Amino acid sequence: MTNTAKTPLVHITRRKNIAWYRAWIVRIIAVILALILCGIITTFVVHINPIEVYKTMISGNFGTARKVWFMGQDLATLLIISLALAPAFRMRFWNLGGDGQALMGCFGASAVMILCSGSMPNWLLLIVMFAAAIFCGMLWAFVPAFFKARWNTNETLFTLMMNYLATQLIAFFVVVWENPKGSSKIGIINQRTQLGWLPDIGGNKYILIIIVAVVLAVAMFIYMRYSKHGYEIAVVGESEPTARYVGIKVRKVIIRTMLLSGAICGLAGFMMVASTNHTLTTTLVGGRGFTGVMVAWLAKFNPFFMIITSFILVFLGRGASEISTMFGFNDSFGSILTGIILFFIIGCEFFLNYELHFRKSAKKEVA
Amino acid sequence: MFDIVAFIPRAVIQGIPLLYGCVGETITEKSGNLNLGTPGIMYVGGICGVIGSFVYEQKAGDHMIGFLAIAIPILCCLIGSLLMGLIYCFLTVTLRANQNVTGLAMTTFGVGIGNFFGGSLIKLSGADVPSIALSKTHAYISATLPFAKNLGWFGKIFLSYGFLAYAAIAMAIIAAITLKKTRVGLNLRAVGESPATADAAGINVIRYKYVATCLGAMIAGLGGLYYVMDFASGVWSNDAFGDRGWLAIALVIFTIWRPNIAIFASILFGGLCILHMFIPSGTNLAVKELYKGIPYLVTIIVLIFTSLRNKRENQPPASLGLSYFREDR
Amino acid sequence: MENKTPILKLKDITKRFGDIIANEKVCLDVYEGEILALLGENGSGKTTLMNMISGIYFPDEGEIMVKGQPVSIAKPEDAFNLGIGMIHQHFKLVDVLTATENIILGLKEKGGLDLKKAAERIKEICDTYGFEIDPNQKIYNMSVSQKQTVEIVKVLYRGADILILDEPTAVLTPQEAEKLFNVLRNMKKDGKSVIIITHKLNEVMEISDRVTILRKGHYICDMETKSASVQALTDAMVGHAVELNIDRPEPVDPKPRIQVDHLTVRSQDGVLKLKDVSFTANSGEILGIAGIAGNGQKELLEAIAGLQPAESGDIYFIEEDGSREELLGMDPLKIAGMGVSLSFVPEDRLGMGLVGNMNLAENMMLRSFRKGRGVFTDRKAPYDLAEHVVEELEVNTPSVFTPVRKLSGGNVQKVLVGREIASAPTVLLTAYAVRGLDINSSYMIYDLINKQKKRGVAVVYVGEDLDVLLELCDRILVLCDGQVSGILDGKTAQKNEVGLMMTKVGGGEAE
Repeated sequence: MTNTAKTPLVHITRRKNIAWYRAWIVRIIAVILALILCGIITTFVVHINPIEVYKTMISGNFGTARKVWFMGQDLATLLIISLALAPAFRMRFWNLGGDGQALMGCFGASAVMILCSGSMPNWLLLIVMFAAAIFCGMLWAFVPAFFKARWNTNETLFTLMMNYLATQLIAFFVVVWENPKGSSKIGIINQRTQLGWLPDIGGNKYILIIIVAVVLAVAMFIYMRYSKHGYEIAVVGESEPTARYVGIKVRKVIIRTMLLSGAICGLAGFMMVASTNHTLTTTLVGGRGFTGVMVAWLAKFNPFFMIITSFILVFLGRGASEISTMFGFNDSFGSILTGIILFFIIGCEFFLNYELHFRKSAKKEVA
Repeated sequence: MFDIVAFIPRAVIQGIPLLYGCVGETITEKSGNLNLGTPGIMYVGGICGVIGSFVYEQKAGDHMIGFLAIAIPILCCLIGSLLMGLIYCFLTVTLRANQNVTGLAMTTFGVGIGNFFGGSLIKLSGADVPSIALSKTHAYISATLPFAKNLGWFGKIFLSYGFLAYAAIAMAIIAAITLKKTRVGLNLRAVGESPATADAAGINVIRYKYVATCLGAMIAGLGGLYYVMDFASGVWSNDAFGDRGWLAIALVIFTIWRPNIAIFASILFGGLCILHMFIPSGTNLAVKELYKGIPYLVTIIVLIFTSLRNKRENQPPASLGLSYFREDR
Repeated sequence: MENKTPILKLKDITKRFGDIIANEKVCLDVYEGEILALLGENGSGKTTLMNMISGIYFPDEGEIMVKGQPVSIAKPEDAFNLGIGMIHQHFKLVDVLTATENIILGLKEKGGLDLKKAAERIKEICDTYGFEIDPNQKIYNMSVSQKQTVEIVKVLYRGADILILDEPTAVLTPQEAEKLFNVLRNMKKDGKSVIIITHKLNEVMEISDRVTILRKGHYICDMETKSASVQALTDAMVGHAVELNIDRPEPVDPKPRIQVDHLTVRSQDGVLKLKDVSFTANSGEILGIAGIAGNGQKELLEAIAGLQPAESGDIYFIEEDGSREELLGMDPLKIAGMGVSLSFVPEDRLGMGLVGNMNLAENMMLRSFRKGRGVFTDRKAPYDLAEHVVEELEVNTPSVFTPVRKLSGGNVQKVLVGREIASAPTVLLTAYAVRGLDINSSYMIYDLINKQKKRGVAVVYVGEDLDVLLELCDRILVLCDGQVSGILDGKTAQKNEVGLMMTKVGGGEAE
């Protein structure tokens, strides 16, 4: 072997298959490595020992019953939005507009709440709010979907810009509907009458949204896996020419799927306004449309895996914010940790799809 | 009456960060990498510059040297954005991860870095100042030609900017010429169009992707630096940079991947961003909020129009967003 | 010759892809100034072997020697530096660049980018060997044979002494192929060595000096072309004696089934793809469609299947009782429901008709998933169909739950054709059904098509290999530039005649 010396050191080939348990081991290792790195960085920044860091993170999520419920609510909201995005991504439609669509849902619900409270019975008010929220979410999803379907307009940036349009639109209405006058914000809507508020279950206002999220996850799993629509979405996502060839109307599927996506985002908005927050601000959705993209993608669009991925992200976010408040830093620390853990999970996919072959020494080759 | 002489310089300084971002992203995309992490990179570029000059201002006190006051933030900014570029390349080029998701994670991460250090720098460094206001560095970086003030409207429109603004325009022109007229530019275009072809032609695809993306990240990072040090007078406030990174990415499509067009397009967009200050709306604060949406609306309209024309030369690089593996069959 | 050192020598080269062995202990010698044919069926590892010489793959084991020196070729650049240039089957050209830009791409010459000077040198090379190209033409405006010329000039521009051509004639008309062979002979006179990869025996006989045969990744033998016979080569290539005839049963009771009248089709960007095409396809008959790739075959089949809107003209489906129904403008689903089945195998095989990431059963579902009333899909029937196809057509797959992307080309094609035939069509439109298949699989597909013909199906067969078209089809329609160049009787048509009609409407003298 005269040319061994020049053989490349590492040779990469595509993997044929990987056993599911090995795939999970790789992923878990990635998460653990990421957590270790996060711990080291936190220690470095705030000068506490790493064990403390993790303890603080855990207590930030599970410290008190209130915190657990709060995390549950956060998780549920993120999960609903991620579930909304999943079918669009399965179709390879990069819907970065989850924020805007959910925000429009909030807008629809709170607009009805502000303008129509008292003019109809409460149950009807809730239904109208619900319909308005869904409609606004769908509208915000329909516009980019229409142009994508018709002229293949770049949906990534289109949906993104729709977010900012939604923010500006709401900023406008926040000024118009400000309460009290001059505060330039909308306080808790109907604080006294509680009109348009969804009932608390067992005296806890967070249970309802969690139930909605779980039901939706199951429904979405069935929809994507077993329904005709779900199958069409998969075919369009994998290969548009094939979809056309078997007579699937690609444009229709794109628009229909995005309407579904927008409707569920709208539902998330409705839940935020009617069940948990009872107010409208431009930052109500808080970037969950973005995080949802990663939740959905990391879970390979499987709704049940999405519960796990959204838990990891929520856990980190809340844990980091606990550290921030304890040590007087700002909340953005969570974004840094989230970024790190995402890098690791994204990067570990490589080891699931490819194999590394290191150069064998010349001796081994002879033997 | 609409004051055009006041309007143009403000549009330009609004447009320069966009120009940096757009040129950086164009170079990146020419190598076939769609870097949606640019908004994050611009934050990192900005905050690294801030950290550099903050430390320097604290250390040097009243004895600041002009050259260092300029060089330190720029160097820090370049290093910070280079690191971001390297993370992106390692994930998407070496590990062949999905570019969209990596980019979004980069943006989350970068914006987080910017806001975290922006908000906690004082506490972290133990300095006793109320807020980050790097007015001295600002003075150095935004210095204009001394006689510019005496030239009336001409001076205002063309000569009233700090050197980083001119550097951005120069960079755009250099990028345009390099892409069009040189061997390196030709090779880079080939990498973005068809990496397999470029590879077979003996071009080191991986190296081109790394270099172009990192260079693009560094240029974009300068946009963040320009924003804080020049535009914002050296004052960092969280989230102030906003969504300029996304607008810059949208501009790349608008300018059909040509940095020379980007010069005018970014100034035009800069103008749109400040239009709300120049449209008389009286005391109605609410309407102003609507006017702030104009740039986004225009971006959407631009996206729609660009998708309507389908001339071959105006299409995105053919392999944009795809990772390359030589042994794929 | 035996005493000379070979200019290129491969010794015991082995390459594996996962569990699949692409090459095992392959040896090959090339001498200066000769044309070597590398003969083998599809999947025999010819391209893989050549890719290792040109730096695309790196061998797992074995040794490569150039001019007697052992070398390591880790990347394409190494291959150039050793004077090796490869012309790939799928051209490696950047569409939006000009010929000159493509040719000088990646070169590390001194000085700036001087396109004028480069263009002059290209002209020089063209004059030496007898090529014709316009250096300033963009690739996307070029015909296939022009693109191939650019590829060859690119390799020569880099000063290659050893040229490797991967199935160069697959995309050419007989006349263009002849031109190419003349160029190759000029190169040989110039002292260059040429390796031509092919599975066409007549080409081996015509152009090569020596031939090396591979089978299933193994080196079989090496012989002087002068002393070889077609039958001997075939037997060595396939491994057992083969009958080289394709059946052509007499059509049973042919009746018009599809009638195309004055069909004109424009692509989305306004290019005229079909111009005033008229013909009739009969039941129980195979209508062959010949033509250079990209001359309207795809559009024609898609128009019949309802996937391509037409500018003018009519397409009628004629029922048993003689009643006609207009297909144009009809929903593709409805057309499929009438029994018009399209099996189109595009260049990347999986691009249309199958979904690579889905398994066999899910792919079977593509045709049937709408069946049943509810909102859910029926999974049992497609699963059974997949099992059936796997068994019937001897598809080599671990299970019906394997993603089709992981199957080899031949098996993918069997899955596709099998599914289309399973729907018991009345019209079978098939394009490039045997592209990339080995001889045995090809014959299996011909057999399947003939069975359909006997069942009374109207078959439209778009093919590349003229020899096959002439043996299989009852009538042959030749397309040129989107027009019908002529319709010939399959039994009496001559290859040359068809070739001329492919390049010029109505045939006649070629330039």
